[in-house]
Amino acid sequence: MEFESPQAVADALRSQHYLPDDRIAQVVFLAARLRKPILVEGPAGVGKTELAKALAAATRQPLVRLQCYEGLDEAKALYEWNYKKQLLRIQADADHDWESIEQDIFSEEFLLERPLLHAIRSVEPVVLLIDEVDRVEVETEALLLEILSDFQVSIPELGTIEAASIPTVLLTSNNTRELSEALKRRCLFLHIDYPEPAREKQILEARVPGLSEHLANQITRVVRSIRNLDLKKSPSVSETIDWARTLLALSIEDIDEAALGDTLHVLLKYQADIEKAAKELGT
Amino acid sequence: MIGTLTGFIDELRDVGVPVSMVETIDAMQAVETIELGDRTGLKETLRATLIKNLRHERAFETAFDIYFANVLGPQGDPGVPGESPSLTSPSRSDEKVDDFDLDALLESLLKAMENFDSEGLRSAARSAVDQLAGIEPGRPVGGTYYLYRTLRRLDMAALEARLAETLAADDDLTDFERRLLQEDIAARLDELRQEIQDEIRRRLVADRGRDAVARTLRKPMIEDVDLMHATTLELAEMEAAIGPLTRKLAARLARRRKRRSGRLDFRKTVRRSLATGGVPADPQFRHPRPHRPEVWLVCDISGSMATFSRFTLQFTHAMSAQFSRLRSFAFVDTVDEVTDYFGPGVDFGSALHRVTTEAEVVWMDGHSDYGNSFETFLARYGTQITSRTTIIITGDARNNYRPTRDNALGDIAKQARALIWLNPEPSSYWDTGDSTMSQYGRHCDSVHEVRTLAQLESFVEGLSLPGQRAIV
Repeated sequence: MEFESPQAVADALRSQHYLPDDRIAQVVFLAARLRKPILVEGPAGVGKTELAKALAAATRQPLVRLQCYEGLDEAKALYEWNYKKQLLRIQADADHDWESIEQDIFSEEFLLERPLLHAIRSVEPVVLLIDEVDRVEVETEALLLEILSDFQVSIPELGTIEAASIPTVLLTSNNTRELSEALKRRCLFLHIDYPEPAREKQILEARVPGLSEHLANQITRVVRSIRNLDLKKSPSVSETIDWARTLLALSIEDIDEAALGDTLHVLLKYQADIEKAAKELGT
Repeated sequence: MIGTLTGFIDELRDVGVPVSMVETIDAMQAVETIELGDRTGLKETLRATLIKNLRHERAFETAFDIYFANVLGPQGDPGVPGESPSLTSPSRSDEKVDDFDLDALLESLLKAMENFDSEGLRSAARSAVDQLAGIEPGRPVGGTYYLYRTLRRLDMAALEARLAETLAADDDLTDFERRLLQEDIAARLDELRQEIQDEIRRRLVADRGRDAVARTLRKPMIEDVDLMHATTLELAEMEAAIGPLTRKLAARLARRRKRRSGRLDFRKTVRRSLATGGVPADPQFRHPRPHRPEVWLVCDISGSMATFSRFTLQFTHAMSAQFSRLRSFAFVDTVDEVTDYFGPGVDFGSALHRVTTEAEVVWMDGHSDYGNSFETFLARYGTQITSRTTIIITGDARNNYRPTRDNALGDIAKQARALIWLNPEPSSYWDTGDSTMSQYGRHCDSVHEVRTLAQLESFVEGLSLPGQRAIV
């Protein structure tokens, strides 16, 4: 993946209806130049995963996704020997000598590729998205280090497999726990926060066709106002978009107290938050 | 450029941002990809390569403004001290202020703010600093004084009123619309304040050099702020950092098993093996039963601990989201259970309010009495302590010279799995004056000084608990 300038990155992403700010464009550009992974951090719903999807679409590269969860291990992330098949193979011709069988069962045919290995071995470059990396345990994180810094995987029986093409790697984190220093050191760090009202308005216009300018203005102002409150969970960009769609569907042209009160549950997902926002905004 | 960059990185390290060798090299390489004069590009590039934690961004912003202010400033300020003409411009004394047209300046400011014109705002801010700040070369100050001087003479309140007047097209706004408008105005005034501050900083750097200004502006990192003397703003910032920490603590206390699954389920494995001709190809395991720790938090919320107890209650609040079996208690001179105030979905503000108003923690005079609190605690809740209960006490152990009655604490310790004490005072103060830390400390499994967020973090990191005790 090559880009001329941060501006080129921004244009490419914009063509996929993803509106990056200066920071996002610059970091993506830098990652492509330095061939380094990007660690994307930020509150839920600001478009971290969306960035990877838009990037893959913009560069016409397939997206390989590894969803992290507690208990993710090597066998699910990297590779696994298909040992049922191996067992059957051994049983199938028991009269062969061990040497040849051993050679046979530790070959490509019995290797199950998991997302990380797949991304490395793919001949055409891919965008590798390691989603919610903060969910795996610290010990499992170490699994990623070899891939992130050297783009290679070591399999004891086969040796080291080097990348056929360098993938673009994005890791996302909701910052539920501190990631290890070793992991952070290998990545470029990109924090995405809630967008400025002006940019959020652009996002709305790109994502919600048919939205009047007046309404878009009002929406971003109300959302900013709600984000200023001390809430359990502030409304995310995706929730703002949902809200805009809701208002459009209800053909509300002008947001007043009543309209806000009726649709607040689209923006906020905790009862305590809804009550608080309703009280503060006087609906 | 390399010189500035190393100076910048040194400054970051001096403030306490960990920047490794690898990251420095990355930054150097990355900077080569940027075109000369692209200040935003430079900033984002350095940020992405050097800063790996959101908590360090504030330090980064300040340092960046100082080190790269006039090197690549938008107007290309001269970087050599003394050459800047604005520094000695005619604003040194108060009488001269009247000479220039304050109204015209205000007019251009208003216009810029009305139209979201950042460029206009910047140049207006520039001339405001020129005319009003009265910067005196050579004075070793951080610029806050100049900022207030400028803002006072601009009369922000009047500016706000005039802005409100212009923006509110008609008078019959509802409360809701009025609130939105006010926030609009506040955002714009913030922007102005920021511009003026940046401008003043630029002047200071031009005057006294980067390193000197950096030293004056250096602020402690949020994890090193003393919890006993933290400001409200700092406490709010800490709140964000507490979440990940409690999750870590939860993991430590749960003592996760090393194996990822439980014991082999023999029956199931044999049944499954029939599909593969009796070869046990797919071993089945029993589901492991996760260890459920019981945590009791006991917090001193007396007056002397005001700031710290706010922090510990914040911590309690964050913990209650992690542990289903968390009980919390508060005490001053007697103890009361406050678990219910921190139920799921309750926001911190209202929980705090209920603790301070509803909990019965004062029995006599409202001064800490650890002895009585522990005795009451033992009498009321002692029977419910089991060999799975971990008790964490937070307090300064300052007992107002009352009897310590530490046997009560000893009895509590005997029944619990572990007893941990977190003290927000520096350990050199322990046992001075009315502090009775060591008398209580000998009953505890461990006593920790937790004065800063960093210390709390290292306590959580190093936490290892004794195995379950035999019930005495």
